Amino acid sequence: MTTPRLGFENDISELEDQIGRLRTMARQRGLEATGELRDLEEKLGQLRAEAYQNLTAVERVQFARHPQRPYTLDYIAGAFTDFIELHGDRLFRDDEAIIGGWARLEGRTLMVIGHQKGRDMKENLRRNFGMPHPEGYRKALRLMRLAEKFGAPIVTLIDTPGAYPGIGAEERGQGEAIAMNLREMARLAVPFVAVVIGEGGSGGALALGVADRVLMMENAVYSVITPEGCAAILWKTASAKDKAAEAMKMTAADLLALGVIDEIVPEPLGGAHVDRDQAVANLKTALLRNLDEVVTLAPMELLQQRWDKYERMGTWYEVAVPAD
Amino acid sequence: MSWFRKEKQKLRATDRRDLPTDVFEKCPRCGEILYRARLEQNLFVCPTCAHHQRIGAVGYVQLLADEGSFEERDGELRSSDPLGFVDLKAYTSRLEAAQRSTGHGDAVITGDATLDGVPVALAVMDFDFIGGSMGSVVGEKVARSGRRALAEHKPLIVVSSSGGARMMEGILSLMQMAKTSVVLARMHDAGIPYISVLSDPTTGGVTASYGMLGDVNVAEPGALIGFAGARVIEQTIKQELPEGFQRAEFLLEHGMVDMVVDRREMKATISRLLRHMLKLPDPSIGPLESPPARRPGPRSRRGRGGRGDAARARRNDRSAKERPSD
Ligand SMILES: [Zn+2]
Repeated sequence: MTTPRLGFENDISELEDQIGRLRTMARQRGLEATGELRDLEEKLGQLRAEAYQNLTAVERVQFARHPQRPYTLDYIAGAFTDFIELHGDRLFRDDEAIIGGWARLEGRTLMVIGHQKGRDMKENLRRNFGMPHPEGYRKALRLMRLAEKFGAPIVTLIDTPGAYPGIGAEERGQGEAIAMNLREMARLAVPFVAVVIGEGGSGGALALGVADRVLMMENAVYSVITPEGCAAILWKTASAKDKAAEAMKMTAADLLALGVIDEIVPEPLGGAHVDRDQAVANLKTALLRNLDEVVTLAPMELLQQRWDKYERMGTWYEVAVPAD
Repeated sequence: MSWFRKEKQKLRATDRRDLPTDVFEKCPRCGEILYRARLEQNLFVCPTCAHHQRIGAVGYVQLLADEGSFEERDGELRSSDPLGFVDLKAYTSRLEAAQRSTGHGDAVITGDATLDGVPVALAVMDFDFIGGSMGSVVGEKVARSGRRALAEHKPLIVVSSSGGARMMEGILSLMQMAKTSVVLARMHDAGIPYISVLSDPTTGGVTASYGMLGDVNVAEPGALIGFAGARVIEQTIKQELPEGFQRAEFLLEHGMVDMVVDRREMKATISRLLRHMLKLPDPSIGPLESPPARRPGPRSRRGRGGRGDAARARRNDRSAKERPSD
């Protein structure tokens, strides 16, 4: 599988190639790398930093969907220890688009649950491209309740294009499954940290994300509908997805400004897929700090804060009511 | 109340203007030509085939609230266009157009009423207002309705009809699903009845939050109810959807709603359900002689020491051990 590149990434890699050729030439002629070459490299570094900081919304979407991006199991393997996966919703089947189980973070037991995309076509068929059916959400809820029973914190990792739109999903109550998770997450009296690690696809993402702290990886996105879907409905053409992505304010910086998330977890320059280990380490640091903050709260305090946070969400104004 | 009369007058005025096309109407299902006055009398249910036409938010308030009992709340809330959203049109101009055509501030009407003498908080969605989509105002008004139900210890009834979350408010509209569900969680812990009435159509984010969270979910016959839109499903699975897919009867068959109720029986059914959940006498014995718990006057929070308070105190005692309540 080739690694997809953004437009400006091609320009950067061309420059990199040029510098590489210059350096090889210099070495072959027995010269030290000149000051000029060093200046050029420095400029390139600046260019890269700037370019990656000023990604457009739709470029972030490409990063969030990048096939080499770390997925839930990669974060679990890198940041957690002693992971024991638990399966099934006890009602219908095991949905592999969501995984979960006991794990330790720096020795402390917690329940980790996340959407799981496949690395290749074969795995994607099994995991349905990370698009859960109702039984996936019901498994997640079962595991959250299990965590609550034993007073363990919950960490969720969100990465889904959305809840699966299919006949079986509707028959088995996709809407009910998501709704029940939203309500029950508001009742779990244990610390709960959610992280959008890739795609935060609408209700299918939110169904794992009513938490005390919601973090987002720097290049993750989170929106009420995909930019393609929004463009098709409001602009009448899917090709307006750039405009839709921009207008919906779906990047981590946008969501932080809107008060929907609490923190942005930095990614290595060029995106989490460029240096997965660094991305995992960054997330681990952020998780530990946030968990440390919320575990000190008494259960009642924790719930009250969670409720207050969500009950404040949204903006409106009031007009004068005309006299009768 | 005055608001309500005003609405009625406005509807009549519209009727008069459109008189020629409004005397008769063709049933969209069986094709029967129906005398409009007769149809109206029959709550817009076809007398021949029982097809339920949409009756809109005002129609539903009239259907469920005891005559003259409805007091609108939070009607002054308006969307502040948090994202400054512009697609082919500006969101603000879509809002203005919807406000002009419906006469309402946003896609839900909320208030307090009595239903067969039982005080309730009532929220009725309006599909004619930007597809009944849920943005911050809808979420806040439904949440406030739930909070009133909590504070006054009375049931909440929400009549949904919605295309889902409102894209023009982006992620904030998605968060309204969480917000309303949080209030329903608190009501659940406080033992307050919540009845979700699903009317045609209810899809997307509303289905996936308060739509499906009723202690009892009641659907109108033939109503389209689902999470994903039919077109999205067809595009995904690349096959045609079966007859009756996502209709109320389909949901009943699959265990997602408790009952499908003819509109002409809707109020009586909800009344019986509420009385079971509130431990009140059977409505067939007759109307309540005195209000069951507290019946607050306009915008008042009176009534200490009633039966409702005692019940609530007991519940608080019980739940305080595990988690805070209300
Ligand atoms: Zn008919």
